[in-house]
Amino acid sequence: MSQIHTHQHDAIIVGAGGAGLMAALYASKKSNVAVVSKLYPTRSHTGAAQGGISAALGNVEEDNWEWHAFDTVKGSDYLADQDAVDVLCKEAIDAVIELEHMGLPFDRFPNGKISQRRFGGHTNNETKKPVQRACHAADRTGHMILQTLYQQCIKNKVNFFDEYHVVDLIRVGNAVAGVIAVDVATGDFHIFHGKAVMFATGGWGRCWEVTSNAHSLTGDGAAICFRRGVPMEDMEFFQFHPTGIFKLGILITEGVRGEGGILLNGKGERFMEKYAPTIKDLASRDVVSRAIFLELRDGNGINGQNYVHLDVTPKTVNKYFELAGESRRITREDIEQKLPDIADFTRTYLGIDPVEEPMPIQPTAHYAMGGIPTDVDARVLADAQGNIITGLYAAGEVACVSVHGANRLGTNSLVDLVVFGRRAGMHIAENVPHMELLPLPKDAAASVITEFERLRTSKGKHKPYQLRQRMQKTMTDNVGVFRTEESMNAALAELKQLREEYMGNITIDDKGRIFNTDLLEAWELGCLLELAEVTAYAARNRQESRGGHAREDYPNRDDENWLKHSFCQKDDDQFRLDYKPVTILRYQPKERVY
Amino acid sequence: MQVQLRIRRYNPEQSNKPWWGDYTLQNVNRTDTVLDLLHRVKWEIDGTLALRRSCAHGVCGSDAMRINGANVLACKTLVSSFSREGSNQAKIQVEPILGLPVQKDLIVNMEPFFEHYRSVLPYMINNDPAPADGRERLQSPEDRARFDDTTKCILCAACTTSCPSFWANDKYVGPAAIVQAHRFIFDSRDQAPAERLQVVGDTFGVWRCRTAFNCTNACPREIEVTKAIAEVKIALATGEV
Repeated sequence: MSQIHTHQHDAIIVGAGGAGLMAALYASKKSNVAVVSKLYPTRSHTGAAQGGISAALGNVEEDNWEWHAFDTVKGSDYLADQDAVDVLCKEAIDAVIELEHMGLPFDRFPNGKISQRRFGGHTNNETKKPVQRACHAADRTGHMILQTLYQQCIKNKVNFFDEYHVVDLIRVGNAVAGVIAVDVATGDFHIFHGKAVMFATGGWGRCWEVTSNAHSLTGDGAAICFRRGVPMEDMEFFQFHPTGIFKLGILITEGVRGEGGILLNGKGERFMEKYAPTIKDLASRDVVSRAIFLELRDGNGINGQNYVHLDVTPKTVNKYFELAGESRRITREDIEQKLPDIADFTRTYLGIDPVEEPMPIQPTAHYAMGGIPTDVDARVLADAQGNIITGLYAAGEVACVSVHGANRLGTNSLVDLVVFGRRAGMHIAENVPHMELLPLPKDAAASVITEFERLRTSKGKHKPYQLRQRMQKTMTDNVGVFRTEESMNAALAELKQLREEYMGNITIDDKGRIFNTDLLEAWELGCLLELAEVTAYAARNRQESRGGHAREDYPNRDDENWLKHSFCQKDDDQFRLDYKPVTILRYQPKERVY
Repeated sequence: MQVQLRIRRYNPEQSNKPWWGDYTLQNVNRTDTVLDLLHRVKWEIDGTLALRRSCAHGVCGSDAMRINGANVLACKTLVSSFSREGSNQAKIQVEPILGLPVQKDLIVNMEPFFEHYRSVLPYMINNDPAPADGRERLQSPEDRARFDDTTKCILCAACTTSCPSFWANDKYVGPAAIVQAHRFIFDSRDQAPAERLQVVGDTFGVWRCRTAFNCTNACPREIEVTKAIAEVKIALATGEV
């Protein structure tokens, strides 16, 4: 048996991406905080975000936060809670300015102000035309946010536990007392005993075969909470980003289309004109992903293959600018300067120079709109009635406030993590001094240690990667861009089978303690399986199409029956669903046309 | 195609001697990355192989390794770079980066690297009150361009662990830390270039650089590291930023 070490802090923040670091900066001003992360902070996936972070700064043309809010609500297919969206879009302005003050090297307009570009679904509400709202640092905006926040944490001497993998939550009734982590380097278990716990662990795109997500995005935080009785909200809504590199899934930012890039099918048609006549290639992601999927199904892929082209060559882009009567033109230098990483990716992985040739793309599993339910202060909800779990917080992709509803707008993930990461940090700082440190339950770490020993000493037939590949295949085939009752029944049956094999017939090679990533990957697979099942279950239950959830057997949105959030919990191995009404303020649901 | 993959292995729980693991992989695509091959070994052949990786497309900085003698990111290095067009064979040798203590297989202790990083005050220092209108500090596109290159750094350590001066003396702050210092020294909004110049002007600072250019060659983000170091040297020599 490994040694168990105990640490005591006021608050424990799990995950060191944008949301976790932002929260840490604020929470550590007034309390003793530990940031516990399975990766070095700068490895977090916030760093992979490319195109921009939206805020209605109006630096180059008229804009206001209410337009941003309307776009977000419309993008969400009216499932977002409008009070939370107001917070998001109003505070986005202040948050972006704060990032600039922290040193974030935004690109600049000639007048010295932060540069802004167009992005999918962000519009001038009067003209309905795309608006320049996305603040950016080339096509590495997320990288610069992550670096800047980490730098500020270094400056403010935030207390980090790097490469400590959190594997359980210590829940005591309707409150928390800390988390349990494995020190990756030694394999020892550590109890982090505290008054408040925040999860900022990101998404679970690794449930699918083709994904833009890092290998480490295995949904640990969501799965841990789910196992400890926390409901999962709106899990049926997972975003497929329209433009992933063919087969690899690496993200090609919407900023490419913001700069004028267009989508072309095998017949050379700009097919988005059919699906979104006004805004075309810059429609919401769910709309564009479905359009690509349908084009491919109709045999309109390039050379009959399973991809279409994203074309940002100046030749093509300028041709379409001219056709549209637009005065702007792009040059080779614009692409090199504004999209250097994209150019690097396609040159490295495809041998394709985007200045000369179009890029082969397909939809890629990208972002969880659903997750751990929270209020606007990032406090986790115990149920659909809105009761709070004392001391438990979540923000960023792992959380569901809900500001993204059924489909997230591009750039809004970065807005979400800085705005709600900050609100979590502030709330923790204000409240932790008055909160009670609950005593640790006896043998707090016992159940997770038992599970680790089971995996370590298992002698079954299947290696984790085999089960993982089967899960990814069934999720891709059956719970992808389009779903049906039948496909989801198939997924649920396969996932049940996989869970049985995971519990009873798995084996790993590494029986050691130090850097046992074999063991940790096996444990991560358990998290993915858990969340895949919740996703498929919630998706089968929702008998309508809305945003990222497209049912072929229920092709229309059904506001009468389904304008509500789903809350999924598991009791005694049985799923249970409950519903929470959507908060509607200024924007009444109407048909969604781009 | 077929790849002969040789991996430097080390597991102190079993033996204090490192060894070479030889693996023959079939059905490899020329466009597979070395990370793909390492995953195949780890998942299909020997789960005890330890390595760091996350994003798998060259932006998180986890998987800097020494591959066929050069520091690269495993996820950004394609098999095709080690095999002539038309050939269906490749030999690839993978070792941990040099100059940091190896902990297990391809995993090194990154703490000394991050200690050097922290020593250069890698954060914006500007004690002026924020603009009264509550908006951003202004910066011209030219001023912004001045340090653009060094903002790309992902702290993968490929540069520092390819540097002969760092190999010779690990007290040298190394190229990555200087890149970070450069990023702030030349940012028009920052007010502490002098403090940073003092750190990197120290005995274990920029003057240890012998312009071998290994760092520039190693950088997976194509930062002109040696040039950045030279700019810092010039700033020290002239007292002008």
